[in-house]
Amino acid sequence: MSKIFVAGIGAVSPAGWNVAALRDALDKGEPLPVQTLARPGWEKPLRARLVPNPPARPEFLAHPRLRRTSPITHYAAAAALEAVTGLRGHPAAKNLRLGIVACLQSGCVQYSCRFYEEVLKDPATASPLIFPETVYAAPTSHVAALLENVVVACSMVGDPSSFLLGVALGAQWLENNCVDACLVIGAEETNWITADALRHLDRSAIVAAGAGALCLCLDSRWSVGIELTTITDAHTYSAKLDRAQAAQAMRQQLGNNSPGDLLCDGLGISPRTDAAERAAWGDWSGSRVSPKRILGEGLMAASAWQCVAACDALAEKNFGAANISLVGSNQQAVGARILICPPPRRRATSSHELTGHIDHRRERRVGPGQRARFSPGIISECRLAWRPLQSRKRRQAGAGES
Amino acid sequence: MLFPPTSSPAAPPRVVVTGAGIVTALGLGWKPNAEGFRVGCRAFRPVSLFDVSRQRVKVAAEVDLPATLPPSRLNYRQLARLDRAGKMLVLAAQEAWQQAGWESAENLPLVLGTTAGGMLHGEAYYRQALRQPSRQRQQATRAIHYQPQVQARMVLDALNYSGPITIISNACASGGNAIGHAFDLIRLGQAERVVAGGYDALGEMVFSGFDSLQALSPTVCRPFDARRDGLALGEGAAIVNLETLESARRRGAEILGEVIGYGTAIDQHHLTQPHPQGHTTLNVMRQACANARVTPEEIDYVNAHGTGTVLNDNSEALAISEWAGRRAATLPVSSTKASIGHLLGGAGAVEAVISLMTLREQWLPPEIEFETPDPACKFPIVQKPQDASVKVVLSNSFGFGGVNASLIFRRWA
Repeated sequence: MSKIFVAGIGAVSPAGWNVAALRDALDKGEPLPVQTLARPGWEKPLRARLVPNPPARPEFLAHPRLRRTSPITHYAAAAALEAVTGLRGHPAAKNLRLGIVACLQSGCVQYSCRFYEEVLKDPATASPLIFPETVYAAPTSHVAALLENVVVACSMVGDPSSFLLGVALGAQWLENNCVDACLVIGAEETNWITADALRHLDRSAIVAAGAGALCLCLDSRWSVGIELTTITDAHTYSAKLDRAQAAQAMRQQLGNNSPGDLLCDGLGISPRTDAAERAAWGDWSGSRVSPKRILGEGLMAASAWQCVAACDALAEKNFGAANISLVGSNQQAVGARILICPPPRRRATSSHELTGHIDHRRERRVGPGQRARFSPGIISECRLAWRPLQSRKRRQAGAGES
Repeated sequence: MLFPPTSSPAAPPRVVVTGAGIVTALGLGWKPNAEGFRVGCRAFRPVSLFDVSRQRVKVAAEVDLPATLPPSRLNYRQLARLDRAGKMLVLAAQEAWQQAGWESAENLPLVLGTTAGGMLHGEAYYRQALRQPSRQRQQATRAIHYQPQVQARMVLDALNYSGPITIISNACASGGNAIGHAFDLIRLGQAERVVAGGYDALGEMVFSGFDSLQALSPTVCRPFDARRDGLALGEGAAIVNLETLESARRRGAEILGEVIGYGTAIDQHHLTQPHPQGHTTLNVMRQACANARVTPEEIDYVNAHGTGTVLNDNSEALAISEWAGRRAATLPVSSTKASIGHLLGGAGAVEAVISLMTLREQWLPPEIEFETPDPACKFPIVQKPQDASVKVVLSNSFGFGGVNASLIFRRWA
């Protein structure tokens, strides 16, 4: 069995159009501002966290295939391009065969609503330009055309936990030598109907839009120093296995935590929705981050953000490993684990790295004695999980300057 | 674990089909469908499911669903929440499951292809939200049940088993990709048995979409005919139960056929149009043959994607002609969409089951309305019902977005 590495990450979120914006928002720990969406027939608007306009029009929008596309394609494309940036700059990665797995839950809702509204008014005049953009496979197709060297692609639909099924499919393609690298993208756009539907299922949730992307590879030279080590079974909900039991089963497969690990969970702000995941990780004593609390309920994009945030935390902060917990809304619970691995391409930020001891042994070296270096995660307030790390980083930066 | 896989077989196991279920406008189940396809029966009629008075085309191949579904483990609430697509899916899955003789199981993967899933729930949600904004009744149920993974869970509950669900939505290639993915899971040792298939129901939005594109035939759907003028839509579902040969033999199961090859790739030419020369189609057919270790000379019948649109059929005809080479002159090809219409996400799976029928029963499905071959067709189109010696069949599926899939099946004798 080959090792699977992360070659790059990308994100578009209500925080902005790249991973740095996502990282900044999570570091600040403050829920992002909420916008309103007008709902036909209602005076009171619905709430959402929308992706801000980019500072400048992205160059890729000049591509002819992206001319009529809806925001979900823009988000997916931007995240994908960011995730393959490093790979494209690598001389050994020229002419590589790329795969794309795009995961969606709501999919292309903006054009779907627009087209169906036209149909309800008069099908004889419904726009043929819009209809093709309503299919789940449209964003995948556009991103493939944009990247050009894509040889195989798959659009997967499901609840947000399906993002890790997409990662598993990408790993399978790599292992099978179908591709040299594989982009796994989670993307969503939003409009009033998505916000309205979500309101029926979780009144406190605030719908959000965006995308996240992981670029996976087998070649450690292309890696950003992160290895995918585990994706648990998909614990499907059924009459025999409720959501809480599925979350618990996923948790058990990820094994006991080490104090130096990070947990990137899917907790939001709804006690009822979060109960299963909260219970499953009740014994977690390490740091944790909950992107949905800051960014909103981005459905499949939120799962992708979790994975991106976990990778980014390993690359930028002082964690040896991270667990990713995806407890889906109505399908399954799936978890994953990623590790720092040699050779790191990132800037050294810890004493372990400065002495070169950053391989898998590091997990065991971070023992109880070092636990104080990592603040215990406080579930109710994500920002507290990040703060000490920020401070330490700043201290290091300050020492470097002096 | 999904990753790393728990085991990796020394040699890929052979994958056989031990159960098949099919629902189309020709009927519910293998027998009425086999009888219909064998004679090239056409199942089109005026659309009754929604208003088509303002549409350019007014016919489709609708399924006659029974008033009540056969007994299953679904309770009355679950049954009440199944839309047409969900009912067709459960019917096909029940038939396949019974034929395979499988029993309650855990960790048995379900891989489905669909383009619309529970879109009928979604349409109802949208109409009510627009027309009666303050009325909330049934909206929460619709918001949940329009999602295909919830329909997939109904299959698990109906058949009393559990396992991971994968929903592939590569537009009209979805069903073919679902079976291909299931084939890969078994070949790679990640599962010993998999339930796979595809489904889609006729809906107002999708019908209007194809009508707006003027992709629907205002006359008769005639794939590969020089006078073809578009596709016809249909609805349906098909499920196959795949398992390793070893597992089937251990159980003493009846084997319906063997899956021996799968190829998939993406055509980046255009969102809705194939490459004019069919490069990707050629690629996936070659991939599938290489995977199956067969040559075009060994293929006895091609169940083409053959939608009946000018662009698709021209591109596919060029690809088949080039791929088959000298074999093309004698290679029987037909598109069963002439009988039941285009089933979108269900098409690849339904056509896989039709391929199994031809292998089991040794006939070729004709296109009885076919008259004038397109010059791009270097191969004969099956025009009349005929018995034939069929040992290996290749089935093509292509979708909006450019994903192409080819599956190859072999007769089990």
